[in-house]
Amino acid sequence: MLLEHNCAIEMRGITKRFGQVVANDSIDMRINRGEILALLGENGSGKTTLMNMLSGIYQPDEGEIYKDGERIFIRSPREAYGYGIGMIHQHYKLIEVFTAAQNIVLGLDDEKMDLRRTNEKVMEICSRYGFEVDPSRKVYDMSVSQKQTIEIIKVLYRGADILVLDEPTAVLTPQETQKLFKVLLNMKADGKAIVIITHKLHEVMEVSDKVAVLRKGKYIGTVNTSETDPQALTDMMVGHAVTLNIERPRYPEPKRKLVVENLTCVDNEGVRKLDRVSFEANTGEILGVAGISGSGQKELLEAITGLYPVKEGSIRFVRDDGSEAELVGMTPRRIRETGVGMAFVPEDRLGMGLVGSMGMTGNMMLRSWRNGRGAFLRKKEPEDLANGIWKELDVVTPSITYPVRRLSGGNVQKVLVGREIAGNPQVLMTAYAVRGLDINTSYTIYNLLTEQKMKGVAVLYVGEDLDVLIELADRILVLCGGQVAGCVDARSVTKEEIGLMMTQFNAKGAE
Amino acid sequence: MTTIITLITAAVTFGTVLMYGTLGEILTEKSGNLNLGVEGIMYMGGAFGLAGAFYYEKAAGAAVSGPLAIIIAIAAAFAAGMAASAIYSFITVTLRANQNVTGLALSIFGTGIGQFVGEFMRVSEGGYVALSNDLKGVFSAQVFPKFLVDIPVIGSILFSHTIFFYLAIAVAVLMYLFLAKTRYGMYLTAVGESPSTSDAAGINITKYKYLATVIGGGISAIGGMVYIMTTAGCVWNHEGLSGVGWLAVALVIFCMWRPLNAIWGSVLFGAMMIMYLRVSIPFIPTEIYKILPYIVTVIVLILTSMRNSRDRQPPASLGLNYFREER
Repeated sequence: MLLEHNCAIEMRGITKRFGQVVANDSIDMRINRGEILALLGENGSGKTTLMNMLSGIYQPDEGEIYKDGERIFIRSPREAYGYGIGMIHQHYKLIEVFTAAQNIVLGLDDEKMDLRRTNEKVMEICSRYGFEVDPSRKVYDMSVSQKQTIEIIKVLYRGADILVLDEPTAVLTPQETQKLFKVLLNMKADGKAIVIITHKLHEVMEVSDKVAVLRKGKYIGTVNTSETDPQALTDMMVGHAVTLNIERPRYPEPKRKLVVENLTCVDNEGVRKLDRVSFEANTGEILGVAGISGSGQKELLEAITGLYPVKEGSIRFVRDDGSEAELVGMTPRRIRETGVGMAFVPEDRLGMGLVGSMGMTGNMMLRSWRNGRGAFLRKKEPEDLANGIWKELDVVTPSITYPVRRLSGGNVQKVLVGREIAGNPQVLMTAYAVRGLDINTSYTIYNLLTEQKMKGVAVLYVGEDLDVLIELADRILVLCGGQVAGCVDARSVTKEEIGLMMTQFNAKGAE
Repeated sequence: MTTIITLITAAVTFGTVLMYGTLGEILTEKSGNLNLGVEGIMYMGGAFGLAGAFYYEKAAGAAVSGPLAIIIAIAAAFAAGMAASAIYSFITVTLRANQNVTGLALSIFGTGIGQFVGEFMRVSEGGYVALSNDLKGVFSAQVFPKFLVDIPVIGSILFSHTIFFYLAIAVAVLMYLFLAKTRYGMYLTAVGESPSTSDAAGINITKYKYLATVIGGGISAIGGMVYIMTTAGCVWNHEGLSGVGWLAVALVIFCMWRPLNAIWGSVLFGAMMIMYLRVSIPFIPTEIYKILPYIVTVIVLILTSMRNSRDRQPPASLGLNYFREER
């Protein structure tokens, strides 16, 4: 019974639902002391949700949590601290204008406020685990990795012996990552139970003792890191292909429609979001774009639509007569005026796509307001269009003037896609078009996209569900860390191959 | 020399009014609540403060006690300010309505209530509401002994003011100590900087926002009362009070949300506001003088944003409501 003795936390049958979506489906898991457990899974596989239930942010709908064999109920982050559980979130929760020490003691009522003693205690924790930190420094003067260190110390200061780190290396440089791993190993040697949530395989292999894999909210299994390899983990992570039966007709004669060459984009902080990306999109083809979230998908679509500044490279639109139009440097309005028919269904439907407080008619007009006569709007056409979409796509809404904000996610998406398609685009770009939608609406969207494709439209489909990409798209472009990891034929590729392309490239980049 | 001294004493008199308004608003804004209703709150403080003292004198008759009248006036104004800010807190913190809209509505509401109470007293008392001359004297009496006041120059600059000025300084110092030295002051700052962080740390956001806003409103309201009872001569005078609340809001920015800055800042603003009465330059209309404080505020804003000092910034969540489940 040595195993029982080591077990710090046991989760049994944990289920969490958000509306219709099951984020965690009866998960059983153990977290042992003196061990680093890597919680591995794709985006949306429920890793963070599961750990949030441990840290008191969510409550499980079903299931039980045991600490040292005793059943516990964690209702708030504060109670989680009481049980010695501390979570370091992806977005740090620190007060910028406070010093490190002030941040560390924030909320500790029962202790006398004595910053000098706090500093001493912080220094003691630092020397024990190998942190380097100046307690009297203000947080706004700190680098990202120093802020992370403060978060970890904050948790340790409260006496946590079970630490959960949500994607701790996402924002760190390779050197900082190594430092963090050293600290984690020190804490492990000190008998603490550590969980790191991640989707980077090489880090899993490097630092963890055990790997627990989640896929689509389900617990797949736990393996010892020493007895596995990246290929086996990828298989567990993406799973066997599921047949979805999405219709995929072939378009008779595809032609080049959009040519992207050496596209490089840099964000405000100087990070390369896109690095020499080149590909072609053809008419009558759905080009799937796969990648771990944040690999440059959003920037790619926004650069093509003229919303994201391009540093280098070229984006050319091929007209029907074979002539090409350069799109880099043009505003979205100029692009439309040059007769380039592009439609964009953004990820953020109610932020970038639609105006939530306006009805369907008003939202239709966003595309056609310039057609008015003088100062007055012409409402007739948008109204007809709204009525058409309402009927054809079965949008559930009391009227076409009802604010779209109050519609369900699926109906919002139908309104948005309907509007974008109505303009008869030649290039249609969608970002996470079925995120949060139920099965039926998802199929409606798939059918609409295929319909467009058969009309000769070049469709770009950024998606996260590999099963869908493999069955819906004709070709799949895989992005990894802003670079093209490959462009493959969707009809012959396997899910495991794509999974590996999505993750392995990262490993190369970091070394 | 005498001109400068009279200018300073007059600036302090008007600055005292501003100081209460500003200090109250600093406390409120530290919690992340941008209460634009200061104007209305100060109106209510003026009207209710006057009413408190007036009806007390009426009830007590000849047995009226000066100090008690002052305490009643302060208490009445404070209560009125608290009530107005409680409405604001309920609407913004509990119901999570837009802070700007609510604050502006409170401004209009408060000036209306102030006017109503002032006029109601006038009509019901048959024409003229004023305290007896003796009591008026108590409100504008100098607190320090005569020999201190009589010290040349320094005497009239430092010791010739009413009790309200010294009380305001005490409030400013106490507020500074509270914010800089105590745990609860640190928590309040944390709430105004990042409610979600504070929430995760187990701080009761709602409690801190309510308390800071309600007490801040009470302090602001005292300013209105001080104006009516000193400068306006214990008579309801809505014209003089108009715009003071807005000036206090500007002064909060000028002071960079620091209570100690409010002491000299409000005297400076007071000086700018009354300069047209004392230092008149031909051909320059008085309105130009009156916009001086706002111009100075704008310049301060520009300078601080150019210096880009991370310490001299508004509370990071100022004007934003907090809703835990929104992420």
